[in-house]
Amino acid sequence: MLSRTAESLYWTGRYMERADFLARILEAAVRLAALPARDGAAATAWASAIASAGVSRAFAASARTPSEKSVREYLAFAPDNPSSIRACINAARTNARSVRTALTIELWESINGAWNGLNDFGEPTKRDDFVRFLEWVKGVSLAVEGASSRTMLRNDAYWFLRLGGAIERADNTARLLDVKYHLLLPAGERVGGQLDYFQWTTLLREVSALTAYRWVYRESVRPWLVADLLVLNRQMPRSLASCQAMIVSYLERLAADYGRRGPAQRLASARLTQFNEARIEDIFQSGLHEYILAFLGENNALANAIHDQYLV
Amino acid sequence: MSGTPGSATVRKSYRTLARWLETAPPDLLQARSRQAELFFRRMGVTFAVYGDVESNERLIPFDVVPRIIGAAEWEHLEKGLKQRVSALNAFLKDIYGPQDCIKAGIVPADLILTNPHYRPEMQGRRPPGDIWTHICGVDLVRTGEDGFLVLEDNCRTPSGVSYMLENREMMMRLFPDLFAEHRIRPVETYTDMLLASLRASAPEHAGADPTIVVLTPGPYNSAYYEHSFLADKLGVELVEGRDLFVNDDIVFMRTTEGPKQVDVVYRRVDDDWLDPLTFRPDSTVGVPGIMAAYAAGNVTLTNAVGTGVADDKAVYTYMPEIIRFFSGGDPILGNVPTWRCREPDALKEVLDRLPELVVKEVGGSGGYGMLVGPAATKAEIEDFRKKLEADPDDFIAQPTLSLSTAPTLCGTELQSRHVDLRPFVLSSPAGVRVAPGGLTRVALKAGSLVVNSSQGGGTKDTWVLDD
Repeated sequence: MLSRTAESLYWTGRYMERADFLARILEAAVRLAALPARDGAAATAWASAIASAGVSRAFAASARTPSEKSVREYLAFAPDNPSSIRACINAARTNARSVRTALTIELWESINGAWNGLNDFGEPTKRDDFVRFLEWVKGVSLAVEGASSRTMLRNDAYWFLRLGGAIERADNTARLLDVKYHLLLPAGERVGGQLDYFQWTTLLREVSALTAYRWVYRESVRPWLVADLLVLNRQMPRSLASCQAMIVSYLERLAADYGRRGPAQRLASARLTQFNEARIEDIFQSGLHEYILAFLGENNALANAIHDQYLV
Repeated sequence: MSGTPGSATVRKSYRTLARWLETAPPDLLQARSRQAELFFRRMGVTFAVYGDVESNERLIPFDVVPRIIGAAEWEHLEKGLKQRVSALNAFLKDIYGPQDCIKAGIVPADLILTNPHYRPEMQGRRPPGDIWTHICGVDLVRTGEDGFLVLEDNCRTPSGVSYMLENREMMMRLFPDLFAEHRIRPVETYTDMLLASLRASAPEHAGADPTIVVLTPGPYNSAYYEHSFLADKLGVELVEGRDLFVNDDIVFMRTTEGPKQVDVVYRRVDDDWLDPLTFRPDSTVGVPGIMAAYAAGNVTLTNAVGTGVADDKAVYTYMPEIIRFFSGGDPILGNVPTWRCREPDALKEVLDRLPELVVKEVGGSGGYGMLVGPAATKAEIEDFRKKLEADPDDFIAQPTLSLSTAPTLCGTELQSRHVDLRPFVLSSPAGVRVAPGGLTRVALKAGSLVVNSSQGGGTKDTWVLDD
C-alpha cells in the first residue's frame, strides 16, 4: 500500500474520532452549564470544554473569552480553528477522498454523507438545534465505524484506519480525565460535594460510561474508581489500557501482514506491559495529572514512531 | 424528436424509446432525474471548476434521456475512429522520427517545430510498439442522417470516460425495463480493455505482470474523481507525484513495505508539470527524474510525452491530409470545415463573417477562450476581432451549423438540445480498440452550442444498439 494512502486512512480515523470527542465535550459542557450552581459555574464549564479539547492557547490567542456562544462556535464551527468539529469532518473527508479507492462504497458514503450533512446543518444557534447537531455528529462517527467494521477487508487499509482512531481515542480519554482533575471545580466548591459528584457523573456520561461504571463497581461515583475505569479497566472500550491493547493488536496485524516488526511494535508492546502491571492506587500516589501528562507524551511518541515506520 | 434541426421524423434508432416514452407516466422522467442527482451526490461523482471557489465541487448535470446510435452507424464510426487514431499514432511516430510528413509538405514545419506542445526531448524516441496516444478521445458531431464529423482530437489526457461508465450504471439502475427492450452494447468492458492496453504497453523488462499506476495531480484537479474511479476499476494504485521517486533512472513508489518499482504510469498530469527537472521547475505535482527514467526505457508513460502536437487545433485542420498520407486511403470521418486564420485569405473571410462563426484558440481547451458568434454580443465580437487581428496564428474558425440535437429533459418537457459525442479509442502494441459508446455532452441552454461541463454543459448515456 502507498505510504500516503496509509497516512490518509490513519488521519481519517483520527479526525472522525476527534469530531466525536468534541461533540461529547460540548454535550457535557451544555449539561454542566445548565447546573443551578453559584456564579461562574457556567463559565467554568465552557472554559473546561476548551481545555478538554486541548486548544486553550489557540482559543485565548483568538481574542475570545469563554462563554456558551464563543465556545460552541469555536469548537464546532469556527473557520479559524483547525480542530473544530467542522474542520475535523472536512479533514476526514478530504483524507478519505484522496484514498477513495482504498475505501468500500459504504464507508465512503458514510463519510461523504457526514460532509454533506455538515452543509445541511449550517450553524445552529438555538440550543435545542445545537444539541441535535451534537447527537448527529455522534451518530456519524458510529455510522463510519460501523461501515468500516462491517464492510472493509481485514487488511492494512483497515488496520491503519483503526490505528488512527485508537491513537486519537487514547489521547482524548487522557485529556478528559486530566481536565476534570484540575480545572472543573470552581473555588469554594467542596471536593466530594454535590457539584463535584455531578461533574464526575457528567464525565462518565460524556464517554458513554455511566451505566458501565455502575455495572463494574456497584458503588456511587468515586473519583479513583472513575479513573480506574478510564485508565486501567480492560472491559471499558475507551480506557487507556483498552486503547493501548487495540493499538498493539492493529500494529501486530500489520507486522504479520508485512512479515516484519519494527520500532512502533516494540514501543507499543512495552507500554502495554506497563498497563498490565499498573495499579490505580500507585497512579494516584504519584499523581494522576503527572501520570496523564506522561501518557500523552508517550502516546505522541508512539504516533511519531508509526509515522516514521509506515507513513512516509 | 431527434436528428438534424428541423426534422420532424423519429430517427430509426430512437423508435423503441419514443414508443416507451408515449406510454410512460408524465412525471416519470422528472422523478428519475431527481433520483439520479441524489445518487450522484451521495457517491461524490463531482468535478471541480477552476476559479469557482463557492461551488468547488459540482455535479455535472445528467440528462436521463439516452443518446442512441444504430448498429450500422456505429460500425462506420468505429472504422473511422480506428483509421484516425492509427494515423495520429503514425503521425506522432513520424514527427518525433524521420519527419517525412514535413518533408512531403503535408504539414508546415513551423507549425510543428514551433508548436508549444512539440517536445524536442522526444525527438528520436520510440515508445513500445510506437504507440504515442494510448488513450484518445475524439470529439464528433453529427451533421446529417449518416454523417459524423470530427470536431477535435484529444491525444493528451482526455477525460470523461468515467462519466460514460457511471452514466450507464445510473441508467441501468433507473430504467431496467428500457434496457430489456433494447439490445445495447455494454461499455463496462472499457476498464478491462484499458488494463490490457496498459499491460501491453509496458517496457519489455517488466515481464508478464507489470506494475501499473494512475498518476493524478491530486484531489483539487477537476478530473480527480475520474482518476480515482479509473484506478479503482483497474485495480491499481492512484499515486500523486510525491508518492513516486526516481533512483538510478528507475521509478519507484513509496509503500508501507518500502519502495516498489513502477513499470507503466497512466499519467493524468500534463507534460508541462510532469518533471520539474525537464519541464516547469515550479511543478509540485510531478516526479523529478521521471523523464530520465522514461528516456532510459525503464518506464512507459501513457500517453507519451509530446502528443499535444497532434491535437493542436491548427494541426487538426491538416488531419485529412495526414490520414491520407499515413493510411493511403480517404478519411472515413471528415473534419468540420475549418478556416486556418494563419492563412491571410481565410483570416479575411473569418473577420467578415465573425457573427456567424465559432472561433477557437489553437491551444485552448475546455471551452475557454472561444467565441460563439451567434451567441455573442456586439461588444464581445469586436473584442474578439482585436484579439484575432493581433494573433491570427492562434485561432481557427468553424461554421456553427454543424451540431445536431437530441431530445433532452428540460424542466417538465422534452426539448431538443445540441449534443456532441466523445468515444474513447485505446491503442497499444496489441491493437486498436474502441468502447462501443462514449460520452455524449449536451448544451443545456436552449440554442447554446457549448457542451463543456465547465461551461454549464451536461451529459447523457450513449447507447450503441446491437442489431
